[in-house]
Amino acid sequence: MTTRIPRIPPSQITPSEVYFGRRAFLASALAAGTTAALGRAHAAVVPARAGAPLAYSYDAAESVGALVHAPDQNETPNTWHQITNYNNYYEFGTSKTDPAEYAGRLQTRPWSITVAGEAERTGTFALEDFLKPYALEERIYRFRCVEAWSMVIPWVGIPLATMLKHFRPTSRAKYVAFESVYRPSQMRGQRVPILQWPYREGLRIDEAINPLAFMVVGLYGRVLPNQNGAPLRLIVPWKYGFKGIKAIVRIAFTETQPPTTWNQARPNYYGFYANVNPDVPTPSWSQRTEVRIGNPFFHQRQATLMFNGYGKEVAYLYRGMNLRKYF
Amino acid sequence: MTTSAPPVKRPFLGLSVERRYRLIYKPVVFLAALAPLAWMVCGLFGWLGCSDGVDPVKFLELRCGKTALNFIMLTLMVTPVRELAKLPHLIRLRRMLGLFAFFYVLLHFTVYAVLDLDLNWRMVGADIVKRPYITVGFSALLLLIPLAVTSSNRMMRRLGRRWSRLHRLIYLIAALGVWHFYWEEKIDERTPLKYAAVLAVLLGYRVARNARVRRWLAGRMDALRRRTQRKRALACDTQRSP
Repeated sequence: MTTRIPRIPPSQITPSEVYFGRRAFLASALAAGTTAALGRAHAAVVPARAGAPLAYSYDAAESVGALVHAPDQNETPNTWHQITNYNNYYEFGTSKTDPAEYAGRLQTRPWSITVAGEAERTGTFALEDFLKPYALEERIYRFRCVEAWSMVIPWVGIPLATMLKHFRPTSRAKYVAFESVYRPSQMRGQRVPILQWPYREGLRIDEAINPLAFMVVGLYGRVLPNQNGAPLRLIVPWKYGFKGIKAIVRIAFTETQPPTTWNQARPNYYGFYANVNPDVPTPSWSQRTEVRIGNPFFHQRQATLMFNGYGKEVAYLYRGMNLRKYF
Repeated sequence: MTTSAPPVKRPFLGLSVERRYRLIYKPVVFLAALAPLAWMVCGLFGWLGCSDGVDPVKFLELRCGKTALNFIMLTLMVTPVRELAKLPHLIRLRRMLGLFAFFYVLLHFTVYAVLDLDLNWRMVGADIVKRPYITVGFSALLLLIPLAVTSSNRMMRRLGRRWSRLHRLIYLIAALGVWHFYWEEKIDERTPLKYAAVLAVLLGYRVARNARVRRWLAGRMDALRRRTQRKRALACDTQRSP
């Protein structure tokens, strides 16, 4: 296993370095190639300022288990600087650096989330109340963009299943639909009709309650920065990054498959399932390999793994399905 | 490209046009044309506060491609500008601009093949064959080679009239380049469309200026004028008759 720390200016190293300094055992876990998903909070208190430390207590004994596999691949987490300065978030512009530059204008407090559809508990909740019932966990996941680049990211959040069960979906709930905030005055990209705003995403209910699906509020133990989807975003590590909808304001349980933004924009490129699959190319480019951000200049490509390496946890969801058709 | 305008002889630092170009304009343009490369290299090493960002390979790849397109457009601008602004000697810069376009196209391909695809020729080959936008871009690169090779004075003399016919390939190359850019874009096609608009103006100028096209247009306009006159006369006649 190659563990090469990416070369970055000293001024930008601090957060991740401090972070890993505090938790030396984590480094050894990484070196072993299997990384535990960590952390449990006993009171999820989310402070308002992006980048501020999250108040969650860490307890290794309650860690969920090994979630990052593939010990043959470079699994050094990307730096805070990389994760927060290379984003696809078209609500703020189509360049990778636009989100870091313009996302600060989005007001993430106060924030409310509406739960609707086929569930017993529905309504509109303030973010603080919405998050109160849950403990925060930390999980280090591979992140694979459909553009064939990838990162390894330590998220902080709540398992989606835990959150969804809280609203007691009925038997008619076959899908979960998510919707982003629509605020053209604060999100300059939304003034351009590149995509159909607001951004929409969705999962089949069995995908949504898979233990890997994760609702994120933090990064590197800190409050999620706006460019990464604050205050609340979805992470589905076995799917392409665009499934991870950001700045969520609405969650609805539906009987039918909900429309999803990229799929509507280019149905032959982006499917509803969008599972990471090296065998199914996107018409304009191959998905066989990926560029791990932060790798050295030469030999920067590595093989892309089926389901982004999470096949053991998720392959059962697609048994018997033609994944070329349902890409 | 010979125009009837006589060589301008305004004194500038007491230098003739020939020496002005050799001693001042050409070196300045040469250095300016290297500026995009210098900027990319600075960013790579973090010099002068520049940065190529979190994914420098992709940055270099896209930046080289865009710079190449910019130089192709600049090359195509020489003729309209020298004709419209009456600066016939501007032609002396055209070869350098064209060669820089070729230089940045080569750099673009090198970054793609060596740094992005790790010199994996099987992948490069598969891309060129399977991905239409790469096929288009690669064709533009191939077509540029004969133009670069025949850019010397000696080759110009040797090819004579065939030289200008061969170098009209640049119109096709420019179109392929813009097409490649347009196709590569994931969803936001605004920038490629801007390039397409500029190219349309530059090519449109050449079509409009073409003697045969002008003669044909003049003929059409004449016919139109005559027809409307006839109609108007006819209308007058019918109005007069009860």
